[in-house]
Amino acid sequence: MSEQTRTTELTVDELLEIMRECAGEDESVDLGGEIAGVDFDDLGYDSLALMETLSRVERIFGIKLPEEDLERIRTPEAFLTFVNERLDGGRTRISG
Amino acid sequence: MTAVTTGGAVMGGRAVMAGRAVVTGIGVIAPNGLGLEEYWSATLRGETGIRPIRRFDPATYPVRLAGEVTGFEPKDHLPSRLIPQTDRMTQFAVAAADWALADAGADPAGLDPRAVGVATASASGGFDFGQRELQKLWGQGPGHVSAYMSFAWFYAVNTGQISIRHDLRGPAAALVSEQAGGLDAVAHARRGVRRGAPLMITGGMDSALSPYGLAALIASGRLSGRDEPARAYVPFAEDACGHLPGEGGAILVLEDAARAAERGARVYGEIAGYAATFDPPPASGRGSNLRRAIEGALADAGAAPDEIGVVFADAAADPELDRAEADALAAVFGPRGVPVTAPKTLTGRLYSGAAPLDLALAFKALGEGLIPPAGGGPAAARYGVDLVTGAPRPLTRSAALVLARGFGGFNSAMVVRSDRAREGER
Repeated sequence: MSEQTRTTELTVDELLEIMRECAGEDESVDLGGEIAGVDFDDLGYDSLALMETLSRVERIFGIKLPEEDLERIRTPEAFLTFVNERLDGGRTRISG
Repeated sequence: MTAVTTGGAVMGGRAVMAGRAVVTGIGVIAPNGLGLEEYWSATLRGETGIRPIRRFDPATYPVRLAGEVTGFEPKDHLPSRLIPQTDRMTQFAVAAADWALADAGADPAGLDPRAVGVATASASGGFDFGQRELQKLWGQGPGHVSAYMSFAWFYAVNTGQISIRHDLRGPAAALVSEQAGGLDAVAHARRGVRRGAPLMITGGMDSALSPYGLAALIASGRLSGRDEPARAYVPFAEDACGHLPGEGGAILVLEDAARAAERGARVYGEIAGYAATFDPPPASGRGSNLRRAIEGALADAGAAPDEIGVVFADAAADPELDRAEADALAAVFGPRGVPVTAPKTLTGRLYSGAAPLDLALAFKALGEGLIPPAGGGPAAARYGVDLVTGAPRPLTRSAALVLARGFGGFNSAMVVRSDRAREGER
């Protein structure tokens, strides 16, 4: 089955919205603040939350992202770079 | 080894008080009430939680009634991080554990996290979550399946999520023995206390009322297909025709009695005795071993049959199983020898959740001196069971017996005592 995919860059606000939807949010953390450079641990997101987010992002953009690189990505900023770099070039489309 | 404690007696110069496990906190999720007090008062009023299934259209199923929990909004009770990763039964379990700890006035953060443990029972696992993700797997593809599927539908997940939420790293266990599991888990938690855990969180929670979950329950062949809520689940009745399923359960805080007394905790009562037996194969011609479980639990509690003021029956509502339970009770207590109740007729059978709910009611019954009634009419005379129906009956004795049988031959029996009842007698 095919899905509507997009090619414009992922923004930090979108990323947080996706994380809120698929993994909830830690009530003790203010996600409205300056958080792009804050470690996911401090934002209340563990490795599974990141996997869940990755899978959602893959579906939105119709790309396949290497899961094994995920453990090196520690902040929303790094996550955006990771995704957006792969949107620019050398994109691997998931078939069908 | 059979440990026979005698509740405060001194043997060989050593007080056997040590290692007694008492219940200091209770959290309840039931189809006819959220929280212990609401559930207790609904049960005394005979208020039923049995209704037509609303979660999905059951018209094409052979079972259309169930005890669904209503009014439980996960976001009102759980942190947002937990909601996407939990099945309904886990949302119940985590919320009920919070309530039980608050009720106990116990903050595990003040204890050594390596000593405090969790032992819960679940018979079905997270069916609703599992069904949703399996539908995504086959309907949309593996990329659509939640990463949380890796644990959200496991039997052990309630124990795990409660442990993580309160940072408890002591003994952890998950018991799976269908309806009997609710007692087996509490007994396991008692073992934890006896081995030195200052506090254990225990109990059972089940919810399998998704279409897939209901189909699996129907496969037992023990469910009732009747459509009148008041007559569909009637144990020990002439027209008994199986049970209705329900969802929910109870989580209890179990503490070492000496520690509870030291901190001045309010004590509901003691988990005084327990035994579990297993039935021979159905074709063997040998009968049920429920009687041996009852006798074992009484011996473990050091209780004579006449100390028991009420029995919370397993109440299968199947003629053969009702007969076996009635015979076991008559063998131990004599015909009509003890008041019997089955408040689960107002909630449906909650599988692992059922017996912990009965324990909660047993403590309230002993504390308030009232036996809550079973729904439906009196038992058929041929069973020789003194079933309490219609209105509550006074309770003056200091102990109660809770029975739970699990599909596949599990029999568990637990004796609880209440100090408050004994104080009331003075």
